[in-house]
Amino acid sequence: MPSALINIAYLIAAILFILGLKGLSHPRTAVRGNLLGALGMFIAIVVTLARGNLSFELIFAGIVVGSAIGVFLAVKIQMTAMPQLVAIYNGFGGIASVLVAGAELVNPIGDATLQPLVAIAASGIIGAITFWGSLVAFGKLQGVGVPDQPVRYPGEQLVKILLLGGSIVLGAMVVLNPAEVEMYWIMAGIASILGVLLVIAIGGADMPVVIALLNSYSGLAAAATGFVLSNSVLIIAGSLVGASGLILTNIMCKAMNRSLANVLFGGFGAIPETAGTDDIYAGKVKRTSPEEAAMLLESASRVVIVPGYGMAVAQAQHAVRDLFNFLESKGVEVEFAIHPVAGRMPGHMNVLLAEADIPYDKLIEMDNINPSMTQVDIAIVLGANDVVNPVARTDPKSPIAGMPIIDVDKAKTVIVIKRSLSPGFAGIPNPLFAADNALMLFGDGKKMIQEIVSALKEA
Amino acid sequence: MDFISALTVFALAIFVGFEVITKVPPTLHTPLMSGSNAISGITIVGAIIAAGLSINPALSEYLVLGYPLTNFLGFLAVVFATINAVGGFMVTHRMLEMFKKKD
Repeated sequence: MPSALINIAYLIAAILFILGLKGLSHPRTAVRGNLLGALGMFIAIVVTLARGNLSFELIFAGIVVGSAIGVFLAVKIQMTAMPQLVAIYNGFGGIASVLVAGAELVNPIGDATLQPLVAIAASGIIGAITFWGSLVAFGKLQGVGVPDQPVRYPGEQLVKILLLGGSIVLGAMVVLNPAEVEMYWIMAGIASILGVLLVIAIGGADMPVVIALLNSYSGLAAAATGFVLSNSVLIIAGSLVGASGLILTNIMCKAMNRSLANVLFGGFGAIPETAGTDDIYAGKVKRTSPEEAAMLLESASRVVIVPGYGMAVAQAQHAVRDLFNFLESKGVEVEFAIHPVAGRMPGHMNVLLAEADIPYDKLIEMDNINPSMTQVDIAIVLGANDVVNPVARTDPKSPIAGMPIIDVDKAKTVIVIKRSLSPGFAGIPNPLFAADNALMLFGDGKKMIQEIVSALKEA
Repeated sequence: MDFISALTVFALAIFVGFEVITKVPPTLHTPLMSGSNAISGITIVGAIIAAGLSINPALSEYLVLGYPLTNFLGFLAVVFATINAVGGFMVTHRMLEMFKKKD
């Protein structure tokens, strides 16, 4: 196939990717957008196969194996496990870039000018960090192999700087002396260690930021591979993904009022347990029962549910749907208030609630629901903690000071469904639990919601 | 494509990305991540070329064994990139259907 034709096909693929992402601007057009993106990928693959000078055995073997694994994962994955899946996909994107750049380095007919060589080194470093960082993120989210808590040690930042410096030095050696291929793999190995150390130092609840950032890296790795091959569709697609990940990273950081550097290198792990828990809670926490909660809900006209990671852990989304349906059928206005960092990845709560058939126009963003919070009769906090902690507004010394929260404390009554009074990820007590208008419903999220629903139905 | 052209494409694509993606509502952020993951599977283009490389255009001869190391690395890359592309688009589709059905 003539190269002009191939490049035009790549251009069409790139345009389809852009249109596909544009389609995601509304749930109505999103399905079609995703299909356009897939069509773009299909076109890119077909023209590449048709370019000539290729033998197909290994290509098809790879496509068959990869498709089988991809289809299996896509069909079998539970919606609550989406953060893990996205984490591992980020990693696969990274390792593919490492391998393609490595293959290009050993390719005996490739040209060894400066641009591809620098790009090979960049692909190898970014890709390896992405792959191993994503594996650690996967482990943290899945609860295998690595602890959910941040792993910290003295001098850790120095170690990371040395590793980064080391991989850049080795990258420069690859560029200066491309014949020594083993340098490339040593470089990738050092970047791998850096990837592990970067993510292992970050706690579970900061995963939304990390996944978004690794998402961005996987795009940048693909773009770097595009520079290796001088291929515009790789550069465009990689830049789109890189931009997407950066935007999400920024949104997540803003939603916690923390800088990216603070999430990556400081974090809540460094903050000691705050004293005075007893002073805040002693004698002021009021317990309630599912029956009492049901009675309160019966007389409410506007209810807001605030889900958090606890809803995902308890798999409570379907029980929540039953509660939603029952209350709606009684003429109660029910909405969901979604904090940007609720859950373990951007949009995590929305996907779970969509899975449970909650209409997306009932999912209200924090900034849109806060102004009317005073008119809410009952706010139900389900498995969320730090994102509803009023200390963020009142105590400038608190680790979450300035973090935007959902103002549930301004509702007439707050029902907090939680296993215990244990602190959230930030490790600080939540005065909301002791507030005059707050009632604690201790127990498993799913079971408590189910008991409220059955109490409502009996009444 | 020379370096400056590649850099131009890169810079412009980043701007397009920012424009398009800031319009994605938070409710679709998870499908955005899995969908953009699928798009980063575009590395498959490079992977295919590496996995299938068998003819040296300069020598115009067909090498039956190809270039074993390049081909092998390419094969592994094809596997990973295909998982990304196929799995990414499919799981995104599955999620978006859930958002759609209550429309």
